[in-house]
Amino acid sequence: MSVPRFWREIPYKYRLVGSKCRFCGTVYHPRRPVCPKCGSRDMEDVELSKRGRLLAFTVIRRAPSDLEDYKPYVVSLVELEDGVKVLAQIVDCEPGELRPGLELEATLRRIRAHGPAGVIEYGYKFRPAVRLEPEGSS
Amino acid sequence: MRGQVAIAGAGCVKVGEHWERSALDLAAEACLKALEDAGNPRVRAVYVGNAASELLNEQGNLASLLADALALESVKAVEVRAGDASGALALHQACLDVLAGVGREPILVCGVEKITDVLAPEAERIQMLFEDARSTFHSGVTIPGLCALLTRLYMERYGASYEDLVALAVNDHKNAAGCPHAQFPFPITVEAILNSPLVADPIRLLDTPGFGDGAAALVLAEADEARRLNDSPVRILASEVVAGRMNFCEREDPLTIPSLREAAKRALAAAGLGVKEVDFFELHNTTSVVGALALEELGLAERGEGWKLISEGRIALGADWPVNTMGGLKGRGHPWGATGTYQAVEAVLQLRGEAGKNQVNGAEVGLAHNMCGLGSVSCVHVFARWEVKA
Repeated sequence: MSVPRFWREIPYKYRLVGSKCRFCGTVYHPRRPVCPKCGSRDMEDVELSKRGRLLAFTVIRRAPSDLEDYKPYVVSLVELEDGVKVLAQIVDCEPGELRPGLELEATLRRIRAHGPAGVIEYGYKFRPAVRLEPEGSS
Repeated sequence: MRGQVAIAGAGCVKVGEHWERSALDLAAEACLKALEDAGNPRVRAVYVGNAASELLNEQGNLASLLADALALESVKAVEVRAGDASGALALHQACLDVLAGVGREPILVCGVEKITDVLAPEAERIQMLFEDARSTFHSGVTIPGLCALLTRLYMERYGASYEDLVALAVNDHKNAAGCPHAQFPFPITVEAILNSPLVADPIRLLDTPGFGDGAAALVLAEADEARRLNDSPVRILASEVVAGRMNFCEREDPLTIPSLREAAKRALAAAGLGVKEVDFFELHNTTSVVGALALEELGLAERGEGWKLISEGRIALGADWPVNTMGGLKGRGHPWGATGTYQAVEAVLQLRGEAGKNQVNGAEVGLAHNMCGLGSVSCVHVFARWEVKA
């Protein structure tokens, strides 16, 4: 990955910046210049919700060449609180702990390194949501 | 299209690991076979479908390269690129060119992919470059991984088991066993699939296409010209291309392939046929679950019921709706940019009655679906015997 591209993509990969249609309010990820729902071209950048729930997951055991060091790893379909669905890796837990409906939160992680001299790419992954109150306290 | 374009010649190479041969070598062999089959006419254009030769083979501009290699003097050379839909998209563009140049010479179309110049993990990475780099590629998911998510959602919502779904891979291998150009010409069992290694849970190795090289070519001409060149040309009744929402998770329902639904609807309308009048189907089932979805999008099964056609064997040769009669992506093989033209070559074999052991008796009309990834773009072609008038 080139350095200009790496820098250009930071907002979307670090902070989950997507698009919101100013006309109908629908939110998208990744960004879009035109709203597919209402046809509006009046779109603004918004930060997506960092929390969501797990819809489905898989364990990638045959990885692309640039992610072989990480295998096996979990990739999931996550529905964020604002209704946007994203594909993302899940970290900090075992596949056995995952089930549909599990609450998740975004976390910034290393994605891949591009050789010994290239950029090290970071971006969003998800992990089971950290509970602030102990179980059953509410 | 209405049958004004026909296939006057067809040829392909066996799909496989052709270590000693380049993309150009494979394409040239397929083209020379197709030209020979058409009586070696002079052609005025060559269309090449290819997904990733720069990344796989460090060689771009294949159409001009091929025209030069075949010593085609002063022809138009066009490369068409849409990931693993490149082959059928090249066929579509060539059909339009035939219609645009009425009264002129035939056109050569070739789909080609030479994947084994890179190792499997690199092929896995390159295949993801046909998806949205900002989201799908970024997540580290693979094509089998995407299929795994679909399989989980499908099984949970519709009550199918993985055993039910992979009956499609069994079907495809059974058909591949009778196909001389198939990469994996041998039968497999459900047990063998379930005992093969996990690639992306719950997808197993034997439910995914292997990586293989191949090329398949066709000579297209106006119907009457095709008839002069070949005693039994095959008509192209319809050629439709529809792009859809690229990220499947952004679709209203992830368990749909809207680009296929729309392309098939348009193609069948153009051909003046109902889906149940089609005698066989060549599908783009990257894994079994995608085949189940395709049967639903084509209208052969209700939503959520495609798996039943598969598990009940109603897609076998000799059954209601024969699917992947020469092995499909799983058995014949899936050399990305060539897959769409392999499907067309196979339709020609069926409709000329040259499919040998795999012949669909009395086949008059066949439908092929070739797409990129999980349906970012779908191409649907309807082929018919010469005697069938649109």
